[in-house]
Amino acid sequence: METIYAICVGAMTTGGIFLVLRGYTFAVVLGLTLLSYAVNLFLFASGNLKINAAAILGESEQYADPLPQALVLTAIVIGFAMTAFALILALRARSDLGNDQVDGKTEIYDELGQAPSQQRGENQ
Amino acid sequence: MALLQHLVFFPVLIPLLMGTLLLFPFFHGHIPRQRVAVFIANLLLLVTAIKLLSDSLTNGPTMYMMGDWQAPFGIALVNDPLAAVMLLLTAVLALAAHMYACAGDDQKGPFFHPIFMYQIMGINGAFLTGDVFNLFVFFEILLIASYALIIHGGGKQRTQAAVHYVLLNLAGSSFFLFGLGVLYSAFGTLNLADMAYKAPGLDQEHIQLAKSGALLLLIVFGLKAALLPLHFWLPRTYSYTATPVAALFAIMTKVGIYSIWRVHTAVFGDHAGELANITPDWLWPMAWLTLVMGTIAVLASQSLKMLASNLIVVSAGTLLIALSINTPQAMSAALYYLLHSTLASAALLLIAGMITDQRGQAQDRLVRARSVTQGAMLGGFFFIAAVALIGMPPLSGFVGKVLLLQASTDNAAWVWPPLLISGLVALIMLSRAGSTVFWRTSGSGSDKVRSHPLQIIAVVLLLSTLPLMVIFGGSLTELTQKAAEILYMAPQPVAEIL
Repeated sequence: METIYAICVGAMTTGGIFLVLRGYTFAVVLGLTLLSYAVNLFLFASGNLKINAAAILGESEQYADPLPQALVLTAIVIGFAMTAFALILALRARSDLGNDQVDGKTEIYDELGQAPSQQRGENQ
Repeated sequence: MALLQHLVFFPVLIPLLMGTLLLFPFFHGHIPRQRVAVFIANLLLLVTAIKLLSDSLTNGPTMYMMGDWQAPFGIALVNDPLAAVMLLLTAVLALAAHMYACAGDDQKGPFFHPIFMYQIMGINGAFLTGDVFNLFVFFEILLIASYALIIHGGGKQRTQAAVHYVLLNLAGSSFFLFGLGVLYSAFGTLNLADMAYKAPGLDQEHIQLAKSGALLLLIVFGLKAALLPLHFWLPRTYSYTATPVAALFAIMTKVGIYSIWRVHTAVFGDHAGELANITPDWLWPMAWLTLVMGTIAVLASQSLKMLASNLIVVSAGTLLIALSINTPQAMSAALYYLLHSTLASAALLLIAGMITDQRGQAQDRLVRARSVTQGAMLGGFFFIAAVALIGMPPLSGFVGKVLLLQASTDNAAWVWPPLLISGLVALIMLSRAGSTVFWRTSGSGSDKVRSHPLQIIAVVLLLSTLPLMVIFGGSLTELTQKAAEILYMAPQPVAEIL
């Protein structure tokens, strides 16, 4: 169980980091979402994985460490709020800067032979 | 009397209640009322911080358990001289930044005052918390407030800087949680005092985990503290954002420095057996390079705000070097320098804002332009702030530098040259900036923009702390030494601290 769990968290983290390093805000926000999923699972595992063990005393023979579960709950709430904010900011940057590049560069349009202002006009 | 027991929580509670209150009808949408309310809250915070400081000096460190849930399970707040000094610094800075904002900057976007209060709440919470997970929570509170403050007023450049700042810090938060998970599985606790006590007794398989967790947290705090190569977001963010916000943010890099003290110096200190002092070796080359790169960036600054932001990077590099020397003496010197550099760079940012207002089109760029309206006054302010930042006598910068030089005599060959050269470079660039702004002028503009009295009071408030830090230097260094001693004390079991 631990191996599969570790591979899942590792794959998600890898995907998240790959996407975070991309140049487009949408990909970066997706990457951050993946990273926060991975981190929630990782935190959950930090109290050791147990099967058939409730986090409440007396519910089952063994009991799981309740603290990481409380931490995950907090982390989920915070991560959710932050992702929502990042998305809104990405949209605002898209309309303020006229493109969805993280660095706000307009060269990519120049290479295509289009003026940045035209591009902006078309999309609005 | 019963209420005073709970005083430790007030620096978090006051801004929380006030910020929420401002969203309700009597205050909502009514800027003058909001201004007065936040001003009163800031005064209350100042009084609370002074009271907490005197308490921590007479009673030593105290741990306050929220809702009386006992340590190490409950939420702990710790008041000791280090935390109390940082609270006092935040209160002074907030008071000045808010007064400056009341001159008109607060009306450039909605919800400035509530967000300002939440920002203070996050910063104060991060200084008071005795628990790494709550450090994360308060970091997130101060970050989400700062995300909103950074784009206050709007504009292309601000949005651009905010995108970088927000995305970087979100990635940083993920790393923080990874680090927390690793540390929890190694220690079985996240209470800082408990972790410090358990550190020497960790078994072999957990030691590697604890090391990697500690280094992951160093990345996160390095990002906040502007440690090379994680400092590239800082100059643009600080120079493009609204002036009072930038001045308040002068404390944000110091939150990172403070967290390194709390986590890496206190938990992984000399007592920690195999885990002792794992960070200074990593921190040392990075800190040195931060100082050197910051100094080069100061030379390349094109505008006054950019210059001030790069000087913040230089001061961060200086502080990080003192952190990597890792002795109580260096820590005490660093705390003095931290207080000085925060106040002085915030003052310079506010002065740059006033200069920007009075120079019309040229803003704060270092080019020939029309003269400022109130040249004598702004020039005087600029001169005082510059003398302090360069580290020339008689102001606090000189005392801070001398203390740092004294603390680093063992490593003089490496530490002294960059430290002294950064002072020289600051001298060159600030004189160049000052002479360009105030003397290389071509005529004066038709519209005479004058600074608002509140702006002037805010700058005078910040500048007046600099000579005060010299006049009361003796008692202040005693205080920083005491804070350093407590931070380097061998840890006690948590039950005994209570």
